[in-house]
Amino acid sequence: MTQLQTGQPVPVHSAPTSTPTPTPAQPPGTALGLPPSGGSPVPRGALADAADRVRSAATTEPGRLRIIGAVLAALVVVFGTVTAFEITDRASAADDVVSRSQPLSADAASVYRSLADADTAASSGFLAGSGAEPAGVRERYEKDISLASQLLIKAATHTDSSSESGRQIATLNEQLPLYTGRVETARTYNRQGLPLGGAYLRFANEQMSKVLLPAAQKLYDAESSRLDRDDEDARFWPILSIALGLLALGALGWAQHRSYRRTNRVFNHGLLAATAAATVVLLWLAVGHTVARSQLDEAREHGQKSLKVLNDARISSLKARANENLTLVARGAVLTDDGKRDKYESEYGAGMLKLSDGLGRAETLADDDEGRDPVKAAATSVAEWQLRHRAASTTDKSGDYDGALDKVIGAKDSTGESFDQVDAALAKALAHEQREFTRAARAGRDALGGLPLGAAALGVLGAAGAILGINRRLSEYR
Amino acid sequence: MPDDETGSGTESQAAAGAGARAGAEPAAGSAARRESRARLDPRASRLRGRVSFRGWGGVAGMATACVLTAVGTLLPLSQGAVSHLPATGHSISMVEPAKADACTSPEASLTPSSADGPNILAIKKRGKLIVGVDQNSYRWGYRDPATGSLKGFDIDLARAIAEDILGKPDAVIFRAIPTNQRIPALNNGTVDIVVRTMTINCARIKQVAFSTAYFQAGQQVLAPKTSKITGYNASLKGKRVCSAEGSTAYEELEKNSFGAIFKDKHDGKPADDDVLTVSNQLDCLVRLQEGLVDAVVTDNALAAGQAAQDPTVELKGGKPFTTEFYGVATKLGKDDVVRRVNQVLEEYRQTAWKAAYQDWLADDLPGISGPPAPKYRDG
Repeated sequence: MTQLQTGQPVPVHSAPTSTPTPTPAQPPGTALGLPPSGGSPVPRGALADAADRVRSAATTEPGRLRIIGAVLAALVVVFGTVTAFEITDRASAADDVVSRSQPLSADAASVYRSLADADTAASSGFLAGSGAEPAGVRERYEKDISLASQLLIKAATHTDSSSESGRQIATLNEQLPLYTGRVETARTYNRQGLPLGGAYLRFANEQMSKVLLPAAQKLYDAESSRLDRDDEDARFWPILSIALGLLALGALGWAQHRSYRRTNRVFNHGLLAATAAATVVLLWLAVGHTVARSQLDEAREHGQKSLKVLNDARISSLKARANENLTLVARGAVLTDDGKRDKYESEYGAGMLKLSDGLGRAETLADDDEGRDPVKAAATSVAEWQLRHRAASTTDKSGDYDGALDKVIGAKDSTGESFDQVDAALAKALAHEQREFTRAARAGRDALGGLPLGAAALGVLGAAGAILGINRRLSEYR
Repeated sequence: MPDDETGSGTESQAAAGAGARAGAEPAAGSAARRESRARLDPRASRLRGRVSFRGWGGVAGMATACVLTAVGTLLPLSQGAVSHLPATGHSISMVEPAKADACTSPEASLTPSSADGPNILAIKKRGKLIVGVDQNSYRWGYRDPATGSLKGFDIDLARAIAEDILGKPDAVIFRAIPTNQRIPALNNGTVDIVVRTMTINCARIKQVAFSTAYFQAGQQVLAPKTSKITGYNASLKGKRVCSAEGSTAYEELEKNSFGAIFKDKHDGKPADDDVLTVSNQLDCLVRLQEGLVDAVVTDNALAAGQAAQDPTVELKGGKPFTTEFYGVATKLGKDDVVRRVNQVLEEYRQTAWKAAYQDWLADDLPGISGPPAPKYRDG
């Protein structure tokens, strides 16, 4: 370390008044320790001893310099360490967002969707009649159930069984076999031509809407709030690091100013290097975390919000479809509580309204064509669905039940076809938003990458610089 | 099974449609049906054993039907002297409350007439008769899961009424209604008539109008064959008993449940558990099979339909513990409809009733010789 001091090492004002002798046995590199500077040799309490030594050291310039050097080095090291710890914490929260809580929340949404879809498929199969149950409907039901089971197993391995999510997963795992058992019983009786099959299906449907779907909803809510927590954790400003950074920079600035006033020398290389290191860490910290935050913001605003709206829209479309089926299963005799309208017809209407509303919001939230196009396609299919539903409804009201049935569950030009189109378009939009989310959230997490290690390394470097800088001054007293 | 059911479907339509089929034909038809069912049904041998007995029952039934028809056709004549015409239906309905208060025989209905009143004209103008039926009562009104079509004894009767009013047995829109929606559905105009194993009783005739009786039934207990429950008696104590909401069975249990548990905690609220009281009697069989309840109380006619679907359960106590009659219900004041339905029933009892009984009920409710005799009241 070369010195670039402008003047001679002349102690200027306030020269040490008493005992100007620096400690003789002081190797230049160990200024960190506070060696006794000729203090009382009588061994007393260690604390009182140390306090005594500090007090006596503070009375001489070299002693003061040693204290200053130690404090500066400590500040810079602590700053680096705390930054490393805090950012590791933020980065691991961001990593949780990307690789654990968001996928789990998406999985929980899928569990809900698969269950609701399975139930709709079961009722469609029932409507078609066991003799005419289309193979696709059966396949769809089986695919839904196996997807739900797989996702539940996956969720269970990532979840503490005593948590809210764990409890809901346990309920779902316990109830799902009961549900499928009832659906199978229903099929068996249907194939024997007995109406008991329909009663089993009603019972299964009731279990789905009273037990399974609420549990899946709670699971989704719990996973979503865990995602929000992780997201908040990742976005929380590293206040302590920033405060320590400012404190360290302030202390370094003060030390250099002090040195300037006393020696008239502007630059102390060691202190300058320490300042630079601390500044780099602080800037890196501020910029890195700001970038991470903004990426996480983007993931939340453009990804997660879209995902939620699209998931809700998909579930609304499923509910509307289930109610549309039920209008035909119940043959229009179950009325709303005020007794004025068909219950399932009005619930279908409410579901479609929510669906259109959700698609409108999803289109606003979509930030590129790739996200917007499938949403638009879904909206077109929804319009067609509504037209076809109206036609089916008119047919049913005129007393042509079979005609209406064909318009609802038929293979071509039916509302079922429209529903499938809506579902496929929403699946596409969801996949796109999921990619967007993952990309932005990954970028957020990666913005913090290297910072913990860098902060630690720079902290050590900075501390070394501070010590060397102070030692340079100390050496002038030898 | 699909072959069999399609066969019986066309058969039932023929029965409802023509109504003029010779007595021998339905017997042959249902024998063929029994044969085909025997291929799948383990109870076939038991059924076959009953055929000869039923043949004699049929003769007795015909005899009874003849007598009843004679009574039925003579009665209106004797009342014809009073000359109440259905067109003045409003004044008649005003007499009713006084009658209802006395209520000794609620099954007595208005005299038959085929005159077109305002309500009949409205149905004709619409071109369709809207009928509230059940789709869960096996043999009575049920949805054939293989084809999705509705069939059963009540469905045949509904088609016969449609044919009489509109000329076509298919001019019907069926609305499936839960048990506790039968009266509201009539009163808010969702349906014209209800043909849904609906019991005529003193409480209900204040809310809706009934035709003459078309079937005699009674409440009975249904439980697993292995159960210690022996009937509607003290053996029900502490047992969980299921019934349909708004059913006669539920009302009977409210009068005397023999210490049985038969109410859900949240009945009538959105949180209703739907375990002990359900929207349809068939839902009770599901709960019974799943072990959620120990017994079911419902009409013997419906309980027989349940037993026909599950050979491990049976009707307990030998005979029903109540006597009640099924009638076709309409909204109060639609007297022209009531009279028209009574007119249809007059003819229906003579041949079509027998055919429908053979088609749907004889297997599970054997030994019924014929329809109950119609009772009429003044007015």
